[in-house]
Amino acid sequence: MNKHMSLKDAVARFVKDGQTVALEGFTHLIPFAAGHEIIRQGRRDLTLVRMTPDILYDQMIGMGCAKGLQFSWGGNPGVGSIHRFRDAIENGWPQPLQVQEHSHADMAGRYQAGASGLPFSVLRGYVGSDLPKHNANIKSITCPFTGEKLAATPAINPDVTIIHAQKADREGNVLINGIVGIQKEAVLAAKAAIVTVEEVVDDLQAPMNACLLPHWVLGAICHVPNGAHPSYAHGYYGRDNAFCKAWDAVSRDRDTFRAWMDKNVMSTKDHAEFLRSAGVTPPRSVTPAKAGA
Amino acid sequence: MPDTNTTTEYTATEIMTIEASRRLKDGTVCFVGIGMPSAAANLARLTHAPEVVLIYESGTIGAKPDVLPLSIGDGELAEHADTVVSIPEIFRYWLQGGRVDVGFLGAAQVDRFGNINTTVIGGSYEKPKVRLPGAGGAPEIASNAKETWIIIKQGKRTFVPKLDFMTSVGHLDGGDSRQKSGARGKGPTAVITDLGVLTPDPVTRELTLTALHPGITVDQVKANTGWDLKVADTLATTQAPTADELRVLRDLQERTAKAHGTVSSE
Repeated sequence: MNKHMSLKDAVARFVKDGQTVALEGFTHLIPFAAGHEIIRQGRRDLTLVRMTPDILYDQMIGMGCAKGLQFSWGGNPGVGSIHRFRDAIENGWPQPLQVQEHSHADMAGRYQAGASGLPFSVLRGYVGSDLPKHNANIKSITCPFTGEKLAATPAINPDVTIIHAQKADREGNVLINGIVGIQKEAVLAAKAAIVTVEEVVDDLQAPMNACLLPHWVLGAICHVPNGAHPSYAHGYYGRDNAFCKAWDAVSRDRDTFRAWMDKNVMSTKDHAEFLRSAGVTPPRSVTPAKAGA
Repeated sequence: MPDTNTTTEYTATEIMTIEASRRLKDGTVCFVGIGMPSAAANLARLTHAPEVVLIYESGTIGAKPDVLPLSIGDGELAEHADTVVSIPEIFRYWLQGGRVDVGFLGAAQVDRFGNINTTVIGGSYEKPKVRLPGAGGAPEIASNAKETWIIIKQGKRTFVPKLDFMTSVGHLDGGDSRQKSGARGKGPTAVITDLGVLTPDPVTRELTLTALHPGITVDQVKANTGWDLKVADTLATTQAPTADELRVLRDLQERTAKAHGTVSSE
């Protein structure tokens, strides 16, 4: 079965209102194009999951896609606050956001548990922290062997996980390299997965131990060049720091934000049009990719 | 604040960064937070500690960035790292596995026992006045590294009698409370600020002013602390930045500014 399809078709087919959806990427390879398509298609009441919600989740929250958020660090890296996320939490705009907050080590473990078919994750975490007081899903467990008290939290099994990667082959096998983050675990934990890629090639030329997701664990593969902009795709283009800094001013004000989103996301049909409309060009990579790219 | 009592000109941020960098011994395995910890750790690597091993939570081990990363997952970190591993691996094998000598953290608020807040300021957790980014990797870095250092500008808004939220553990309630809590490692062994250095009392674990930067007075530090600060009987004075340290730091900041169009240590 050929799983190559347009991003529009993939989102229409797999992402439904009310689902738990993870668009993952740890600074690198953030699936911006896919998030924009979810916004365009008007999905509502999603519970978004992400270790590091940044500009993309700011946009999704501000456009009213989300009723909940599970996360461990929310900000615009190197710049500061994400204002739509803050407005949702501080003022309930455009709607209240149910927050379930964890730490990075915990979120990573929860995805691993989800990918492993286990009901929960265990970690040496949260000692002394107030987080468990505000998150009923952070509990403790006593080790049956040593008697140590450890933190325990439920597995994450998203309805859909969406990631961006460098390459897929014609069959739909996907290769990721550079900072691989939590993407493999997030895909394997999900009931369905969509991957957008920079390039479709005949041969991935994957090194033996590369991070590779076989086509048979994926629901859809979509060819979306520059699909991670303004984050970066190692070996293809750099992070658009100017865009990330400019976002601060765009997102501070509700009306400015909405106008920007209406013009550049809602009124464009795909990512290529978005990039033209927003007037952005992903910066060329400063350094070529290492072997394996 | 500008220093007025020495002839060498440097900023408060520069001496804070330089003093922090000096503490990082060659060969140490350091789990580095973004921003000021990253600037200090890389300065150490570029000066007296070329073999220091810098780990960033994005999974980069042995990172040797030519410019300071703007985000914790910049490609620059991966490009020059010894290896790049997944996020579960960095937190499970390397951090919880006990491989980290020093966890180097920043904070929005710190209390007298070196506990830190990076979650909310004011109001309640549910309805905060200011929602901060949150925990990130800090709770487990603070409770699993062999020791932690905190680098933070000192003021009444940052050095508070009571945290608005306890994100990551320091010496908890003081005394042996940290040890009893199940946290591993020694906890915060130094808090480096723009005014001086605080270290925990050996028994009570309360942060005590043990060193002043040149030209800074005890009164100044007390006026910038939200509790009645303990002061060591014998106060050290940190060494003013050397010309070499300043040159390397400024070169690094300049390269960084050129690459990002900003200075990421500020």
